[in-house]
Amino acid sequence: MSLNIALPKGRLLNSTASLLERAGWELDGYNDKLRYYRLKSAKFPDIKIKVLQEKDIPIQIAVGNYDLGICGLDWTEELLVKYPSSSVLKIADLGYGDGALYAAALPGDLTDPEKLASRKSITRIAGEYPNLAETLAGKLRLKRFSIFPLWGGAEVYPPEDAEIVLLPRKSERDILDAGMVPILKVVDFKAYLIANSDSLKTKNMAGVLSSLTDLIDSNREIPKTFHFIKEKDVPSAKAFIEVDDDIVRLALPDGHQQSHVCRIFDKVGIKVNDYPSQTGNRRPESNLDGYFIKVIRPQDMPLQIANGNFDIAITGRDWLIDHKYQFPNSPIKELLDLKYGWVKIVAVIDEKVPVEDIKSWWQYCNDKQIVCRVATEYTNIADRYVRDNRIDRYRIIPTWGATEGFIPEDADLLIENTETGGTIARHNLRIIDKLFESTACLIGSTRKISNDRKSKRMQFLIDALTKAMEMP
Amino acid sequence: MKAEKCKGFKDLTPDDMRAFRFVEDTFRDCCLGWGYDEIRTPTLEYLYLFTSVGTLTPNMLEKVYSFLDWDGWSGERVVLKPDGTIPTARYYINNNISGLARLFYVTNLFMFEETGKKSREKWQCGAELVGVNGALADIELLSLSIDVIRQLGLSDIKIKLSHAGLIKALLDGLELSTEEKMSIFSRILEGDSAALDILKMEKPETAEILNLLLGLKGKSSGFLKNIKALSEKNLANISEPLDNFICIVEKLEKLGIDYRIDLASGKGFEYYTGLIFHLLIGQNVIGGGGRYDALIPQMGGQTTPAAGFAFYMDQLMKLIEPESLAELDSNKILVSIARDKMEEGFSLAEILRDFGYIVVLQLEDEKKTDCGWRLEIVNESPRFILTDSGNGEISKTDDVCDILKLLGCVEDVA
Repeated sequence: MSLNIALPKGRLLNSTASLLERAGWELDGYNDKLRYYRLKSAKFPDIKIKVLQEKDIPIQIAVGNYDLGICGLDWTEELLVKYPSSSVLKIADLGYGDGALYAAALPGDLTDPEKLASRKSITRIAGEYPNLAETLAGKLRLKRFSIFPLWGGAEVYPPEDAEIVLLPRKSERDILDAGMVPILKVVDFKAYLIANSDSLKTKNMAGVLSSLTDLIDSNREIPKTFHFIKEKDVPSAKAFIEVDDDIVRLALPDGHQQSHVCRIFDKVGIKVNDYPSQTGNRRPESNLDGYFIKVIRPQDMPLQIANGNFDIAITGRDWLIDHKYQFPNSPIKELLDLKYGWVKIVAVIDEKVPVEDIKSWWQYCNDKQIVCRVATEYTNIADRYVRDNRIDRYRIIPTWGATEGFIPEDADLLIENTETGGTIARHNLRIIDKLFESTACLIGSTRKISNDRKSKRMQFLIDALTKAMEMP
Repeated sequence: MKAEKCKGFKDLTPDDMRAFRFVEDTFRDCCLGWGYDEIRTPTLEYLYLFTSVGTLTPNMLEKVYSFLDWDGWSGERVVLKPDGTIPTARYYINNNISGLARLFYVTNLFMFEETGKKSREKWQCGAELVGVNGALADIELLSLSIDVIRQLGLSDIKIKLSHAGLIKALLDGLELSTEEKMSIFSRILEGDSAALDILKMEKPETAEILNLLLGLKGKSSGFLKNIKALSEKNLANISEPLDNFICIVEKLEKLGIDYRIDLASGKGFEYYTGLIFHLLIGQNVIGGGGRYDALIPQMGGQTTPAAGFAFYMDQLMKLIEPESLAELDSNKILVSIARDKMEEGFSLAEILRDFGYIVVLQLEDEKKTDCGWRLEIVNESPRFILTDSGNGEISKTDDVCDILKLLGCVEDVA
């Protein structure tokens, strides 16, 4: 009986590699320069080992693609807090993985749980962990709250766009140094060995388990979840700009889109200082009159425009469509096609499967009785796509990052973006359908702007960028 | 693909539905008889209604079905209704009702259960008396609930009484943070009677009185009066809720309603502020309720006292005797119609239904064994053949009036 094990990329990679080296696994190539998703262990040659994004591992264990995995307790709890009966079991604290997820707010009344509980207006919680955020709202006994799930950059949201944020940090001190106050520790970032409960019941994994548990200090303290921080230093309150009604709130993208935005802005003389920022500054200033700018993840922008936190943003049409599929009546619209960052969104399968198009693919699934597993970052697009194809049984597996390595073990179909199709072909995959094409675009709200001055300021940017699009 | 039912959910069969409707109809009739009005609140409510202090406990919140609606871009979540009282309170506030309202509802509630072996969807019949406090209001609700049980033909009702105000007063005397007190209160209300032990540990000077209060199951107002006499010195802050408790049980005694006082008597809700009662038949808890004077102001309404109770449909349905549900076979007629007689057959079936009969048209070779009568409409004369399934007696006629007479609908049709 073969075993499947999922190991983490990213922050836990080095410590996990060191643990497995001490455990004598003799893995080939599990290090900083990781080149392959699939690894071999000299000690356990029959085990299939794959390296995944840490965030994907609990979900992959829960759906039964893997028997064992190593990942942070944060992502395990994020799954278990919403789906307590899922097939994921926490087996052992592996003793490494620094830091914790904190709920934090800016100095003031918002850091006092009793005052938060008696607050009558909506308390907005932003962070990458929406399920833990919902439990947090319950623990804080909030009267009224909104949760903004984010792909990143939570620290830039308060005070204008969120009251409470979930921040992954090494220590409480790091939160204080950033000018915020930790309200409670949501969960420790301990690396955990986790297992699929059915695998534990049916498969002999004793060799692997004992190779790891022999190295673990059994007297370790059990990590606390939702632990209120009582003794608090309070940093001095930072001065934040009051955003008046006539100020346009603009969201600019972080990541690889920044150079494109700068290039377009340059054409029409718009200067944004410290963007891209070497220091992680997410509040750059610009020569745009009456504009307040924050740098956030492009994936988060549609929701932030819809909920009124921002007036205008630059994101990809793919994310706009994904948002609209989740919330069909959402009050957002595309204002201008910025024409860079062209990708096509495609349906991808294993090259070995003898079908050429999506219709034949569904027939193939039906004939082979496959409950199709669809791995994707675009969960709403994928869900809509499969439903539109009238498929009666399927599973959407949300992923964070590249999905090419998922087929064939962990998914049957991918909904991915691609520019040339080169990466897809290199992974022995085949495109069988094109859903749509996407480029970067300027998005805004469909709500009427009641402030004339603000409306004119917004139109100025739209006109300027329209002009930039017409320039060579 | 095999068509499957969702884990943790169940179908109600025709037999289940007969029991369900019997309970529901009895409950409705009783409530209407006591001057209560029926309401129905939506299946979806905003999650925030259930999260603030004095609503559902965090442990309960971890089991609710919450999600983002199609217009959930604001980040506010909705929930499949996990409780019947809070939506009723929301209804009262939303509709600007002031003063007294007697409301009842029959609703399904959703709460996740891990194994999927117990039902995740539960039906409740609930009644709420809003806008009035005092012992008499509590007695009205208790009496209404007892009336329903009697009308359902059930006996040997046991009533267990507790008092949230009394428990809270006991906790108020402890050197604990609000959060810790709330946690103990929640544990007590979730049926964890060991949570009361902390009271004994924290206040050793009052251990004897607490032992009496928590350990004994009082059967009369005298018990509470004894406790009051013993606690006046060391536990003065409990005298107000104790007086309220005494007043209620004295009234129950006057009405001849039997009860047990059991402070740790079982589950309840954090929103309870006064009397809590549980209704049992044998070992089955079939319902319960309590006073929740702080809930409506807590949810943004005016200061409005209220109390209510609910019956647990699944428990009651199990106790309903099949005789209570037996349909009169003699009221059911299976009608078979010859091919050319469709019009005449449908017309006769309509007449019979007007007389209150259940008329089942026989399709193809359908065999129904529970019909008290069988009526054949044939091509040749005599056109109507009526068979009494009980004794096998067969009557033949061409006259519809004869059929009505034979069935006993009319004595003589002119």
